[in-house]
Amino acid sequence: MTDPETTHPHIDPSEEQPPVPLQVLCRECLSYGVMKPKGGKAPVARRCPKCQSPRIKAHSELFSLSIAHMDCDAFYASVEKRDNPELADKPVIIGGGRRGVVSTACYVARIRGVRSAMPMFQALKLCPDAVVIKPRMDVYVDVSHKIRAMMDELTPDVEPLSLDEAFMDLSGTQRLHGAPPAVMLTRLVKRMKDELGVTGSIGLSHNKFLAKVASDLDKPRGFSVIGAAETADFLHDKPVRMIWGIGPAAQASLEKAGIRHFSDLLRWELIDLTARFGSMGERLYHLARGQDRRRVSANAPVKSISKETTFNEDTANMEVLDGHLWRLAEKVSDRAKAKQLAGRVVTLKLKRANHSSLTRRQSLRDATQIADTIYRTARSLLDQVGDEGPYRLLGCGISELVPETQADITGDLLDPQAVQRAKAERATDAIRQKFGDAAIQKGRALR
Amino acid sequence: MKISIERGTLLKAVAQAQSVVERRNTIPILANVLIEAEGDTAQFRATDLDIEVVDKAPAQVERAGATTVAATTLHEIVRKLPDGALVTLTADAASGRLTVEAGRSNFSLATLPREDFPVMASSEYHSNFTANAAILRRLFDKSKFAISTEETRYYLNGVYMHVADAVEGGKALRCVATDGHRLARIDANLPMGAEDMPGVIVPRKTVGELRKLLDDDEMDIAVSVSETKVRFATPNITLTSKVIDGTFPDYTRVIPAGNTRRLEVDAAEFARAVDRVATVSSERSRAVKLQLDDDRLILSVNAPDSGAAEEELAVAYSDERLEIGFNAKYLLEIANQVDRENAVFLFNSSGDPTLMREGNDESAVYVVMPMRV
Repeated sequence: MTDPETTHPHIDPSEEQPPVPLQVLCRECLSYGVMKPKGGKAPVARRCPKCQSPRIKAHSELFSLSIAHMDCDAFYASVEKRDNPELADKPVIIGGGRRGVVSTACYVARIRGVRSAMPMFQALKLCPDAVVIKPRMDVYVDVSHKIRAMMDELTPDVEPLSLDEAFMDLSGTQRLHGAPPAVMLTRLVKRMKDELGVTGSIGLSHNKFLAKVASDLDKPRGFSVIGAAETADFLHDKPVRMIWGIGPAAQASLEKAGIRHFSDLLRWELIDLTARFGSMGERLYHLARGQDRRRVSANAPVKSISKETTFNEDTANMEVLDGHLWRLAEKVSDRAKAKQLAGRVVTLKLKRANHSSLTRRQSLRDATQIADTIYRTARSLLDQVGDEGPYRLLGCGISELVPETQADITGDLLDPQAVQRAKAERATDAIRQKFGDAAIQKGRALR
Repeated sequence: MKISIERGTLLKAVAQAQSVVERRNTIPILANVLIEAEGDTAQFRATDLDIEVVDKAPAQVERAGATTVAATTLHEIVRKLPDGALVTLTADAASGRLTVEAGRSNFSLATLPREDFPVMASSEYHSNFTANAAILRRLFDKSKFAISTEETRYYLNGVYMHVADAVEGGKALRCVATDGHRLARIDANLPMGAEDMPGVIVPRKTVGELRKLLDDDEMDIAVSVSETKVRFATPNITLTSKVIDGTFPDYTRVIPAGNTRRLEVDAAEFARAVDRVATVSSERSRAVKLQLDDDRLILSVNAPDSGAAEEELAVAYSDERLEIGFNAKYLLEIANQVDRENAVFLFNSSGDPTLMREGNDESAVYVVMPMRV
C-alpha cells in the first residue's frame, strides 16, 4: 500500500506527467500485451490489433492487480431469459406475488425505473407490461454452483457474498495460469456467457472495497479497474454512502459531522474518527485512503440463518401464521443442516400492517438445527407477542451459530418425545433427499 | 412521625426491604419502603407487587405516623453508619422530607405519601401450618439450583411445593424444581395441618427472600398457603408472595425407576475431579465423559480447540462397562448437594436420565440428563 500522504493528489494540470506504458487486454479474443509510449506521448488503445474489437481494456496497472469482485448482471432475470428466449427483449421482473417486492429486474425493466427491493405494485405501475416471474431458487442455486466451480478453477480464495457475486483473490496465480489475473477474469465472464448464458461484471483492484466499487461502475458486462496510483483521485469526490454497510442511519450521523464525501474524511485524524464513530470510524479512515486490509476468505463465517415471508393479505389468523411459521422453520433448518450449523438463539420477526416491526428472541440451552425445535420455540414467542396483528410479514431464524456437532446434545427431561420427533425429522430428511421435497410433508405445512 | 432505632436493627429491616424492591422501576412508589410507627414498634414494608415483605422492629416511637422513602438510599445510608449508632428518623409533613440523624450525620430524603403505597390485598389462606426453619431451609436449598430461567416455560421458574406420597409410605411435604435438564425432588415430614395444602409454585425471587428468614435453626415458621398466594412468617417478618399461575408438569414420570447400574463415589472427591478436568473445556456446555468399568471411574474432557484432561477415581461399580457424558456444571451442582454420605448414581444407558441420591436416602433425589459426547 502506498502512503496516502504521497499519493493524495494536488495535481497541477499544467505539470505534464511522463507517459507510462499501457497494459491492454481484448475482452473479445483475450489477446493481451503492453503498449509503450511513442515519441513522449501516452499510447492510446482504440481497437484490438488482432480481432479489431472495440471491447478492449487498457490500464497501466491492469496486469498487476489481483483482487476481484464478480457481480452477475440481473442474475435471476438473466437465467429466466436464458431458459425462455421469448423473454429476451421483454421487461422481466423476478419477485413473489402481488404483495412481494422486486428481487431482480432485468435491464429492460431497469430503463423504466424498476429497481430491486421496490414494492411490486410500484414496479408494475412503472412498467405495466413487465413479465413477473416467481423466483425459481433451485435453478439459480444450480447456476450459481456452476459459476462457483469456474471461479474455484481460478483460485482457492473465493468468497461468495450471495448467489450472484463473489470476491476472488488471484494473487500469485499468474505463473499457474500462464496469464495475469485480468485475463483469467475476462475468460471467466466469457465462459459464464458461453456455457451458462449469464453475464457478469468484474471489478479489479488492490483491495476488496475498491474491487466491489469497481464492479458496479460499468454494469452490465463491465470490466472496471481501480489502480493504486489513481485510488486517491478516484475516491476524492465520491459520496461515503458508496461504502457497503453505510446505510441511511450511518449516513445521517456522518452528515452531522460534515462528512459527505471521501475528501471530507481526509481532514479527520484517526483518533477523532474513532472517538466519534467507534470501530466504523477506523474503517472509514482507512477506506478514505483506499486502504482495506480485509482478506478474501473462502470461509467467511455465517452469523445467522433466517427466512421470512410477506403475505398476500395481512393476517392475524393464528392458523395461517402457524402454517407459515412451520414452513419457515423448516427452511431455516434445511439451510442449517446443509451448512452443518446449529443456532443457540431463535428469533421471530413480525411486521405489522403499518410496517412497524417486532422481533423476539429466545436463547436455547442447547444449540439446535432441528426444525421441530426451531418451530416450537418461535411458536411460543409468537404466542407471547399476543394479539398485535394483523401482520404483513413473518420471519424466523437462528443465530449464535455453532458447528452441528455441538447441537442437540442434551435431551429434555420434560419432553422425552423430542428425541423421537428429531429422529422422525432426520428420517424425513433422508426420504426427501431420495424422492424430492414434496415426497413427505407435515400436515401443518399445508395450511 | 419520629422514631429512634438501633442501627443494627434498622439495617436488617431495611436490607430485607430493599432486596424486594426492583432495581429498575417504572412506578416510583415501588422503589420506596413504607415506614409505619406505632406503640413501640416500627414496621417496614416493601413490595414489587408480586412479593411483599413486612419487617417489625422495636423502636422508641416519639411521634406515631407513617411515610415512604427510597429503599436503596435509606439502606445505603444505614449501612454506612457506624455500628451501634442510634438512628433517628423524623418525617416532616410540611416539607415532605424524612430526616435521618445519627451522631453528627444528618440526611434529608425525599418522601412520597403513604396513601400511594400499594398494599397487597389480604386473602384467605386455605392451609396454615408451622414448619421448622431448618426443614424449610433443606427443602428449598437443595432444590433451588434446578429452577429454570427460561421464560417460555414460566411454570418452571420456581419451586413446586406440594403434598406427595412419601417413598417410605405416608405423606410428605415435597419441593420439586426442574429446568428440563436436571431435576431435584426433596421430601420432608409433613407438618401437622399441611395435609390439604394446595400445590403451589413458589417463584425464584420469593425462594431467595425466604432464605433470609431461615437462618435460625430453632425458629418456627408459620406457613400459609392458598391457591394464589403463599405466606411465610416469623414473629417479626412476614413474607407474602403470589405464586406462579401455571401447572407444574407431571415430574413423576421423569424420575427413572428402572436404572440398575449403580455407582457409589465420595461426592466431594468426585466434585473436585469433575471441576479439575472441566477446566480445559472452553465450550459453554462443558461436557465431561464418565467411563465406568470394574470399580474404576475415568473422568475425561476432550476439547479439540483447547486441550484434553483425564482423571481416574476409585469407586464402587460392578455393572457392565458404561460411557456417558454430562454437563460438568450439572454434575457439580448435584454432587454439591451431598453432605453426609457417598453419592449414589443410578444409570441406565448413555442416552437416558441418570438418578443421583445420597446413600440410600430417598428423601432427596436428583435426576440429570446426559449429553452426547
